[in-house]
Amino acid sequence: MDETPLIEFRNITKRFGDKTVLDKVNLKIYENQITTIIGKSGTGKSVLLKHIIGLLKPDEGAILFRGKPVAAMKKNEWENYRNGVAYLFQNNALLDSMTVFDNVAFPLRQTTNLGEIEIDKRVAKKVEEMELAEAVDKYPSELSGGMQKRVALARALVTDPKIVLFDEPTTGQDPIRKNMILSMIVHYKRKFGFTAILISHDIPDVFFISDRLVILWEGAVGFEGTYDEAVRLKLPMIDEFLRSLEGFQDELTGLLSREAFKGQYAAMLWGSGGISTASAALFSVEFELLHETLGPQAAVEVLRALGEYANRRFKPMGGFSARHRRDQILTIFPHTSPDKARRLVADFARELNQEALARIQTIAQAKMGAEATPEIHVLAGITEVSSTDEIEQIIEKAQAKQQIVAAHEGDSGGSA
Amino acid sequence: MTSLDRIRSSNLPITLLTPIGRGTLGLLGNLGAMAIFFSMAFINIFRRKQLREIVNQVFYIGATSSLIVMLVGLFTGMVLGLQLFYTLVTFGSVGALGSAVSLSLVREMGPVLTAIMITARAGSGMAAEIGILRISEQVDALYAMRVDPVRYLISPRIAASIISFPLLTAFFDLIGIIGGYITGVLLLGTNGGTYLYRVHSSLNMVDVRGGFIKALVFAAIVSCVCCFQGYFCHMRAGGFGAKAVGLATISAVVLSCVMILISDYVLTSFLM
Repeated sequence: MDETPLIEFRNITKRFGDKTVLDKVNLKIYENQITTIIGKSGTGKSVLLKHIIGLLKPDEGAILFRGKPVAAMKKNEWENYRNGVAYLFQNNALLDSMTVFDNVAFPLRQTTNLGEIEIDKRVAKKVEEMELAEAVDKYPSELSGGMQKRVALARALVTDPKIVLFDEPTTGQDPIRKNMILSMIVHYKRKFGFTAILISHDIPDVFFISDRLVILWEGAVGFEGTYDEAVRLKLPMIDEFLRSLEGFQDELTGLLSREAFKGQYAAMLWGSGGISTASAALFSVEFELLHETLGPQAAVEVLRALGEYANRRFKPMGGFSARHRRDQILTIFPHTSPDKARRLVADFARELNQEALARIQTIAQAKMGAEATPEIHVLAGITEVSSTDEIEQIIEKAQAKQQIVAAHEGDSGGSA
Repeated sequence: MTSLDRIRSSNLPITLLTPIGRGTLGLLGNLGAMAIFFSMAFINIFRRKQLREIVNQVFYIGATSSLIVMLVGLFTGMVLGLQLFYTLVTFGSVGALGSAVSLSLVREMGPVLTAIMITARAGSGMAAEIGILRISEQVDALYAMRVDPVRYLISPRIAASIISFPLLTAFFDLIGIIGGYITGVLLLGTNGGTYLYRVHSSLNMVDVRGGFIKALVFAAIVSCVCCFQGYFCHMRAGGFGAKAVGLATISAVVLSCVMILISDYVLTSFLM
């Protein structure tokens, strides 16, 4: 990308005592994008955010805003810049001697010349959006952790900022609210065109809403780019980080981790003198569409449930499955001809049509908490596996043959 | 080991002097920081949107302290009346009781005791409150919302102290003189008219003004020291979190009281 980044970190070093928290960090944040910073706890993610807003000053290096060093800004330039930045603190940092209403109204009262009526209107709107209407007269200490977070979100967004720094916006939220918050960030971005910088541990959910990914690794930027680039690069530290989080979720659904899948595939090819025939099926859902209509959390849930069904069905027959990319499940059937595999998949599709998809839909609806009726299409592609095929090649072949095998339209029941 | 370290470790008198030097430098640094802190807060008193918060603080520091200040004033006046009566009676000059009570109250005891009482009541509260705001990142949150924490938190407290201290001192003086009247006239039976006449004739505007100047200086000292200790409690060595707030409150009260007494001496020597 050639455009000037909105915010750029150049060789930023920050030490606390003799501990170096950020070590020559270089980072670019572009306008109107959602940039997500991930990294293990204690790698300096919050410290990084605090530099953007000026709460911390770097020991070395420079922060540039639209190509201009922040340190050299005049007072009114700096005020202008600060005017458009809002910060959501990790621990919310609500003013605990004020009610929820006063907390949300505080930035408007203190930094604008709006009248009380206008302030009331804006606060009421934000409070409504965050489902906090019944809590307006309560004090922060009377609220649950999740509600406090939403108050903090409302307070950060009430001034309609241009840049919002979210320090773990979804931590402590139930899945429905988590989905709501992530969707809201995307929605706001589209509507007002703001730039969001996110710190989150909600992997993989945040990947779907992020335009760029920054991985902090021991005080330095280990990776900077899109999610697809991150997966393609296969840098050891990224792989470790992503897989440790994904692996756990796959374990819950009974799918194999990608490593285990690779191992089993190799064993199938070379074990007991090789095999004569094998087939593979690639299942997927129209993920982008689901993501659009239901939000990231529910979309992930649909895929997860599909994986669980596929695994339960094919495992007794010796088939093994794993998740590939965001939205694909690859199942390999050893000692099975493509014709037989096709029959197996057709049986599976029937099960999906009869009951499973309706059940998946219910799960997705519960996750999302709304009354909408998502339309789910399951695609499958079957291909023969030859002993020289790499897993990537199998996926490519199967993907070319994919077609809709099962569909569930709203509430009216299954139809093939 | 640098050459400076070698000299330090080889030379006993220097080893003994090092802590004194370090302490002095630390003290001067702190005083400087406090002066800058105070001036920044003072300038911000006159910004927009401050009045509401200042009124709140006047209520908190001033109005709610008035009862306890008056109670202390009453008993101080009464004990002064008692002590001075028995001292003056040996010289046969009980008539001077009114002068003695009113002058010692207005010049010395009024400003000093009021300041110490407010330190104990509101000063400790200020330090603890600001300290908790600091450790729970609420100060940072103010900054992040583009609200200057010094302007929003410190300036109204300093303004309110400057308003409240002289007023409370006046209450203290008045009630103290009444206390002296109660013991001297009502209990011990000196002439009431003489008492009041002596109070009236011996108290000059210079004394009253001196007392108020003291009250203003104490107001600046107490509010600045207490807010400063709370505001920077996260930078203290030897304590984090709640402990840092506790330590900040202790030093706020101790330092305020010590500085009240030291500055009282300095001011008195100038005002005399």
